[in-house]
Amino acid sequence: MLLFVSTLLKIGFVLAILLGIAPVLVWVERRQSSMMQDRVGPVRAGIPLPATLADIIRGPLAWGAKAVAYGGLAFAVLALLGGLYFWATLGLSGVSESGMTSGVYFGLAVLGVAIAAFHFAASWVVKHAVDSRNELTLFGLLHPAVDSLKMFWKEDFVPPRADKFLFHIAPIIALIPALATYAVIPFGPDLHWGPEGEPFKWLFSVVPEGAALAGETIPLQVANINVGILFVFAVAGTGIVGAAIAGYSSDNKYALLGGLRAASQMVSYEVTLGLTLVGCFMIYGTLLLDEMVVWQQEHVWGFLVQPLALILFFFASIAEMKRVPFDAPEGESEIVAGYFLEYSGFKFGMFMTGEFLEHLVSSSLIVTLFFGGYDVPLLHSDGFHLGDWLGFDILLPHIAVIAISIVVFLLKMGVFVFLQIQVRWTLPRFRYDQIMQLCWKIILPLSLANILVTGVLILAIG
Amino acid sequence: MAYKISKPKRSLGEQSYFPEAAKGLALTIGRFFKNTFSKEENKIIATVRYPDEVRDYPERFRGVHRLTHRMDGSPRCVACLCCSTACPAQCIYIEPAEYEPDDPRYGYERYPKVFVIDELRCIFCGYCVEACPCDAIRMDTGVHVPASTERDHFIFDKETLMSIPGKDGTYVTENPRPEPGDPGHPGITREQGH
Repeated sequence: MLLFVSTLLKIGFVLAILLGIAPVLVWVERRQSSMMQDRVGPVRAGIPLPATLADIIRGPLAWGAKAVAYGGLAFAVLALLGGLYFWATLGLSGVSESGMTSGVYFGLAVLGVAIAAFHFAASWVVKHAVDSRNELTLFGLLHPAVDSLKMFWKEDFVPPRADKFLFHIAPIIALIPALATYAVIPFGPDLHWGPEGEPFKWLFSVVPEGAALAGETIPLQVANINVGILFVFAVAGTGIVGAAIAGYSSDNKYALLGGLRAASQMVSYEVTLGLTLVGCFMIYGTLLLDEMVVWQQEHVWGFLVQPLALILFFFASIAEMKRVPFDAPEGESEIVAGYFLEYSGFKFGMFMTGEFLEHLVSSSLIVTLFFGGYDVPLLHSDGFHLGDWLGFDILLPHIAVIAISIVVFLLKMGVFVFLQIQVRWTLPRFRYDQIMQLCWKIILPLSLANILVTGVLILAIG
Repeated sequence: MAYKISKPKRSLGEQSYFPEAAKGLALTIGRFFKNTFSKEENKIIATVRYPDEVRDYPERFRGVHRLTHRMDGSPRCVACLCCSTACPAQCIYIEPAEYEPDDPRYGYERYPKVFVIDELRCIFCGYCVEACPCDAIRMDTGVHVPASTERDHFIFDKETLMSIPGKDGTYVTENPRPEPGDPGHPGITREQGH
């Protein structure tokens, strides 16, 4: 029962994250390009507010958030002082009669800083969410909503001589793999659920590292499949079918060409995508993504032991997603829009959403494989271990550790999404033969050499 | 005879693509952060949110025409037809008329009974302003002709033209106009001649 409910909750969480961020990425992409091209960009979609309400949001609400933020700062300072006093009187590992230690005080200080940071950010957001026209624009974040409304009301055009069944099913085939891939990506450390009768026993207490705890352990990963990352490659491979079918069924020569280009490019890069990671598998000694994260927690982050693999995988994954500079399948100047040329309305929206979902998936794969996944440096299951550096530890309850890990995972993911979109707006498109050359003549030999060198080093070092 | 075409010389760094790509990324990322997070005056934003923000026009921008007033509110125009003659687009139509015989200006100058500018024909060249001998027509309003869906709305008659103030908000000009009886008036009438 617990397994069933927790799996449902995890699926819901992952879907909420993916489908919540993907539309936002549409806006991020446009806004990012506009800001680097010295344009204003999408900021005009807004909900008109009465002037008084707008003034309240801009004024008192923002001030209120700022006041709370200063309160949090004061709280943090007080907690810090308390912890220092405690430290000075009872020593680092001293425990008072009421069970307090200096670590708990430092944990409270961290909490205060977190509250302050959140409310400072909230105050800034609230202050700028309403623009000079008294319209609630949220920096233009309402554009995705308006966009999807527009897509709903557009004509759902089907070419008269298209293969109706394949035409309708292609966007679904293109969208589902991107969602399914996320099932095996761990987004947080194991969650300890209390034994029968007191389910929240561990959530709000400090969990010592490596302790055997009564009750259930819930891995924060939708499905722990024993083929691990091979599942990712297998499912991502079906994405090819979506693009190819879309191009084939549209009864349009441009679309057919686009579908062919997409299929050949994705098949080629599928090979290199797998081979670039073999070095990682050899070092981590596993195919399971959660065990890879654990290995990186215990040793070092993957990009330090496999830097070449990181670069190659980054490029191969952009090519696999058919994004700029590898977007020959939708080259506007030659084949109009490629394989989704005949799609309109929300079917086109599904292709677009699928593309942004692949963004998220590939970023989280990079983070999981090379940047420690949800791992935060010095954060262990009972808090920050600063003993080697500052002489004391900051103890945090289990739920706070999990929350910090998930947030850090999402932040790391965001960095790579940002980088990928930045690449999209910076580099010009490759010619088709250049794409293939890069794949078969550069990335493939380099990844094979990487495997060889890694193997030799593993044998040499042991 | 074959021409020898010199190939562009690229260094190994340029040829290998990665350093140049990294340079480009550094440039765009830098610009992104500058335009997103720096202060308003440090941003390099070339566009404006047009209907909400309007770009400042230059001092000598030729906007919609106006007819300047005399001190008593009548038009300065003496219906000499210089502007309609100078107009290359032939968008100005003037019907001159004499003042009443008991008016002090009678016999000295005429006034426009009808003064119409078709703003759709106008090419905003400013020749009418240059041609006017008495500073009666000006294009210093600093505003566009307002948009409309009706062609009739672009036929500006005398009252409309006189109701548009200049950029400084006044209907007169700094250039004084002596009326008959004023000390600065040359005292010339139709009988005395020029």
